[in-house]
Amino acid sequence: MQIRLDITRRESAAEQSYLLSVMFESDDPAATVASALTEINADSGRRDINGRPFTPVRWECSCLQKKCGACAMVINGRPMLACDARLAELSRRGAVTVEPLKKFPPVADLIVDRSGMFEALESAGLWLENGGTVGSENTDLGFEASRCLQCGCCLEVCPNFYVGGEFFGMAAAVPNTRLLAAADDAAAGDLKASYRKHVYNGCGKSLACRSICPAGIDAERLLVSSNAAAVWKRRFGGRKKR
Amino acid sequence: MVNIIGAGLAGLSAACELAKRGIRCRLISPQRSERAQSVLAEGGINAALDTMNEHDSPAEHYEDTMRGGCYLADPNAVAALTENAPAVVERLFRLGVPFGLNEKGIQLRNFGGQKKKRTAYAKSSTGKILMTALIDEVRKYEHRGLVKRYPHHELIRLMLAEGRCEGAFVRDCYSGLCAELGGEVILACGGMNGMFPRMTTGTTQNTADAAAELFGQGIRFCDLEMLQYHPTTIGISGKRCLITEAARGEGGRLWISRGGSRWYFMEEKYPELGNLMPRDVVAREMFFVRGREDTDGEVMLDMTELTQEVWKKRLSDLRDEIIRYTGSDPESEPIAVHEGIHYFMGGIDADERHRTSVDGLYAAGECCCLYHGANRLGGNSMLGAVYGGITAAETAASRSKDTDGSEPQFSAADDPLLTDARTEFTEALGEILTGGLGIVRSGEALESAIERAERLNVCCPREENKRQLGLAMLRSAYERRESRGAHYRSDYPESSEEYRRQTVAIHSGGRTEISFRSLPERRASDADKT
Repeated sequence: MQIRLDITRRESAAEQSYLLSVMFESDDPAATVASALTEINADSGRRDINGRPFTPVRWECSCLQKKCGACAMVINGRPMLACDARLAELSRRGAVTVEPLKKFPPVADLIVDRSGMFEALESAGLWLENGGTVGSENTDLGFEASRCLQCGCCLEVCPNFYVGGEFFGMAAAVPNTRLLAAADDAAAGDLKASYRKHVYNGCGKSLACRSICPAGIDAERLLVSSNAAAVWKRRFGGRKKR
Repeated sequence: MVNIIGAGLAGLSAACELAKRGIRCRLISPQRSERAQSVLAEGGINAALDTMNEHDSPAEHYEDTMRGGCYLADPNAVAALTENAPAVVERLFRLGVPFGLNEKGIQLRNFGGQKKKRTAYAKSSTGKILMTALIDEVRKYEHRGLVKRYPHHELIRLMLAEGRCEGAFVRDCYSGLCAELGGEVILACGGMNGMFPRMTTGTTQNTADAAAELFGQGIRFCDLEMLQYHPTTIGISGKRCLITEAARGEGGRLWISRGGSRWYFMEEKYPELGNLMPRDVVAREMFFVRGREDTDGEVMLDMTELTQEVWKKRLSDLRDEIIRYTGSDPESEPIAVHEGIHYFMGGIDADERHRTSVDGLYAAGECCCLYHGANRLGGNSMLGAVYGGITAAETAASRSKDTDGSEPQFSAADDPLLTDARTEFTEALGEILTGGLGIVRSGEALESAIERAERLNVCCPREENKRQLGLAMLRSAYERRESRGAHYRSDYPESSEEYRRQTVAIHSGGRTEISFRSLPERRASDADKT
């Protein structure tokens, strides 16, 4: 397999971005954008398609098995995890484009600063003030809502989310649902208010996030549960919440 | 003020404990907690909760842990760990962890090296689910100003003065600027995966740079030869991927083709625990059966007899993962598995209060050598990380002086340690290390590896530190002239009571000394209790 990677680079936040095109060859049919970046960077004799040497491409990765969300980037125009982006499946006329996420401030090359996403979780008050437990009727829901990678892919495609806004998107809705599954009545009240303010009210219901989650979290199911409890004052998940 | 290096299970647990006591801490990690290796932990966390009508007890958990570790762990530390395990799991449950439940409480599953069901779980994503709960809990304390995150920052070196740790010198990986962070230090920086690039089930974030630098600074390490090969891993792009022990805990079986039929070698050889023998035993048996002349192909993990109920309720996530990476559905066909480096029992020497060889410096989680002896039982790593983090924090709290809480000043620094090791260097060192530190080792292979590592060309201090740490691993394995747990020597295939001692590695004045140290005796007062 021979693939041309068109990578959007920038030296730092202050610099302009530019395109690097580099050929990547692999015998591994399961090779991913992550394995390509690893191998390109490991090659001390690396050259672009015009034969010019270049410095290693900066990117973040950790688990390489789509469980940590570190390597989220925009590949062929779609946000996904580099470790889950198989080149053979993505190649269009022998090329794949690789860009950083665009909703977050750039740091360098494919690294962006996703702190805004985490600050949103804090300002939404997403924790259990007094602890809490998940009963067997909500084990599955609590499990599903604990799986969010905080990678940012859903925010990247969301037409309503921007860093610094009041609407925090699915990356806050999922943890909020987990906490609702465990919270006592007092804490649940605050969590529901936060949900209405930072999720429900700002959500344009485009459901652009529905099929983008690299962890395959069932967004609709979680939203239905939390909407029921937080907005319609009805049953949350498997039990009646007062 | 306490500086915690690492934001995985151990680091988060330490941060929570300090914050609960009103002590401020900094949580320093190269990436966010969501990216920590702890999220990869799968099968579960051990505690003798006795909810399965099997009359389990912490005393049996203690016995299994000690025996599984081939009696190379501090018995007093293991006693405290197993005694406190039920409270640890209850504490996690009260943070909203959606553990599998039954009518008596938290449901438990079988795991390796233990006769009774003792492993609490959240399907086969237990590490991720625990991490989510602890991250939320730490967020509460971040909001109260008790925990401050430094989430793209790496340890460059400890600030040591007159035998005491006075803080950590760190680099902001985004800006490249550095700062001195004063205060006590809890190391929770994970296993030494980066010594074996691409060859472990861990993360690329665990570069082992921190461990290598600590070793270079003279911090005492123990049992560096003890690295765990997990029996069931598969090769994926750039790494080994773990297939949880829960696959066998829930009924999966290992076999290899012999004379055209399936040979269930573990069940035949070990009728009592069968496929759930401790990992060192299973991995070694797999290695040997594969090498026999009368067998063909790889060892297969056969989960085709698992019920729909188990797949759906307990292992649905595992099934999805196997299909993704092998193209086969484990519900209908066995999958080929291979041993892979998974865990480091050895590491920074810590006592039962998680103190290291340096005053003001503590260690918890996989980076420290304490609970697991010569072989860790599945389900004890998350327990050790959470309990260790809590205990290290308790100890640090009793010593911490809340004086240096000022905002650190980051500035440009010129330090030879800021130059990263070259990929070709770490790859070459990793290849040498695996040559010497395989499942079956020999004096000859170790000598050859030591010689090659000594000749390896280094270009910067980080490379030299890594080379020294690697050499210490090889030399510890060379000096242990016996077989025990994960350390199997073909030239010394038996265990020897004389070697029921820990290897100790100290680097000082440009040279490393390897020695042996006796383990403490179990305190009578504790032994009476169990």
